Amino acid sequence: MSRRFPHPRERRLVFKNVDREGWTNDIQAYLNDGGYDDLRKALSMKPQDIVNEVKTSQLRGRGGAGFSCGVKWGFIRPDEKKPVYLICNADESEPGTFKDRYIIHQDPHQLIEGMVISCYAVNARLAYIYIRGEFPEGARILEKAIAEAHAHGFLGKNILGSGFDLEIYVHRGAGAYICGEETGLIESLEGKRPYPRIKPPYFPAVLGLYMSPTIVNNVETLCNAKHIVRMGGAEFAKIGRPNNTGTRVLCVSGDVQKPGYFEFEVGALTMGELLYDICGGPKPGRKIKAVIPGGSSAKVLRADESYKIKVKQPDGSMADKMLPFNDIVLDFDSLAAVGSMAGSGGVIVMDDSRDMVWALNNINEFYAHESCGQCTPCREGSLWMKKISDRLVAGLGVQGDDKNLLNVADNIAGRTICAFGEACSWPVQSFLQKFPDDFKAAAKNHLPEGARTALEALAPEVPHGREALAH
Amino acid sequence: MSAVHSDEIPALPPVPAELEARIDEVITHYPVSKRSAVLTVLHLLQENLGFLGAGTEDWVAAKLGLQPINVYEVITFYPMFRRKPAGKNHIRVCRTLSCALGGSYQLMERFCQQAKIDRSHAHHHDPIAVSPDGKFSIEFVECLASCGTAPVCMINDDFYENVGTDEKVTELLKKY
Repeated sequence: MSRRFPHPRERRLVFKNVDREGWTNDIQAYLNDGGYDDLRKALSMKPQDIVNEVKTSQLRGRGGAGFSCGVKWGFIRPDEKKPVYLICNADESEPGTFKDRYIIHQDPHQLIEGMVISCYAVNARLAYIYIRGEFPEGARILEKAIAEAHAHGFLGKNILGSGFDLEIYVHRGAGAYICGEETGLIESLEGKRPYPRIKPPYFPAVLGLYMSPTIVNNVETLCNAKHIVRMGGAEFAKIGRPNNTGTRVLCVSGDVQKPGYFEFEVGALTMGELLYDICGGPKPGRKIKAVIPGGSSAKVLRADESYKIKVKQPDGSMADKMLPFNDIVLDFDSLAAVGSMAGSGGVIVMDDSRDMVWALNNINEFYAHESCGQCTPCREGSLWMKKISDRLVAGLGVQGDDKNLLNVADNIAGRTICAFGEACSWPVQSFLQKFPDDFKAAAKNHLPEGARTALEALAPEVPHGREALAH
Repeated sequence: MSAVHSDEIPALPPVPAELEARIDEVITHYPVSKRSAVLTVLHLLQENLGFLGAGTEDWVAAKLGLQPINVYEVITFYPMFRRKPAGKNHIRVCRTLSCALGGSYQLMERFCQQAKIDRSHAHHHDPIAVSPDGKFSIEFVECLASCGTAPVCMINDDFYENVGTDEKVTELLKKY
């Protein structure tokens, strides 16, 4: 991507060096800019004090679930006898999300500094960066950065004379989305199929990598640790809104004039401001129809709808309020209140030229491809949802297919070991809820004369038919 | 290199000493469990030998002190590993929603047309199609995490974005 300047409304913290003029990803540029000073400061603090600063900061994980980072770190006991490990989740693969890519490629030392600080805080002496297989250049950049950090004494034995030892290694995945699920990632790092582990008992902070306490954090989360040490947790918590602190990198793709990545204080702007003021609105002559606000697993929102939310009255009581789509504030809690989620920050926009059945089918194909196959409801259900939407797209829908789709989705969510079950059902449930007419129309009986089943009708000459049969 | 369409897996060639030395080095990155090195070793073998030929599971298992099945289950799970030669240059086109909105299906058609690749036999368990001259191969992959610059693709390890026109495809194919 050609260099682009931050929008005036942005507040660049973790993306400070992305697209920065004269910036390179080698250690000298980073050191000239005060790099690794925050590590020096961290090493002068007690590990427990860093954990407390992160708790005070109210930082929530940037990978998708939004879990409190300080609480996660707090699960590691200071007197832990087993070795503790830290893993950076750089398996960025939630459709619609493209933020870690830029940190890794353009500012690898920020991530490494954040990781060394985080490892020191939780007393981890061995750490891995699990980077998706499709980032080969990113892996090489990180390996070079690690070697540079070693040469400068920021990694290895007795870091900066503190007595703290740490090794970080880069570990490449091989094209499987499920490796972004933290327990699947751990299985993968152990050299196995990435089948997620059941919780309890396998909470990574208790029984993680090699059955030892393990912290798994997203790239952006670990970068934030560095800024929290610099600013102090209380100061960091002033950025953004209560319980939604810090900045957030939002990635906008799809049908807007100016897609891209933007870093804002969490909750600093509304959906309408993001789509129209920042991203230039829809393409000429088009209207925005649907928005998936937090990666493809997040529930889709209709752009022409108002959402009922609860608001606190001056007297403390709660009352209902109708909130137009464009007024939805972009933070964790507000997106949850309208029935979706901030997730990984990936905002996918679709305009009125798009067929919602086609869009859902594309998502269904993704999840059918990526289900790890461990739990029956997800393994079978994700494929059935794809098969049904395949035939709807091919014009071979069967009466009741809209209900069939929903029925399958409703029987996956909550019945699987990991959150993939929800991730693959939420798109189906929400597309059907928000665009029922589109699906009803597609689900009219379109079977050709003489065909007994839809599958039989999906002959090789029919678009999508061959692929559907292959499954 | 010619395209292989049969189900037969060509044999793993002898692993050169230099490559084996690199493999031995990366195994040290996993001081707690050598088994953790499986993916890394497989990546190195595929990068250097082109694909994971028959016998890969035995070689890697012997190297890491595992049973061949432990390696086999990994090879068969992860989409990036292949058991047959791809083309001299391998193209990965992102298929997922944002790229599809940006024209990734058309991008796939353009590549196939210009590189004369027939994808009609490609399916879930054998997704790669190779051009008759073996110069290019292609597959659809899921989200490549650059949704804001759709459509995107990779050729070998190189990443390309905003490649939604015929001219771009011509230009890209010329580079290889």
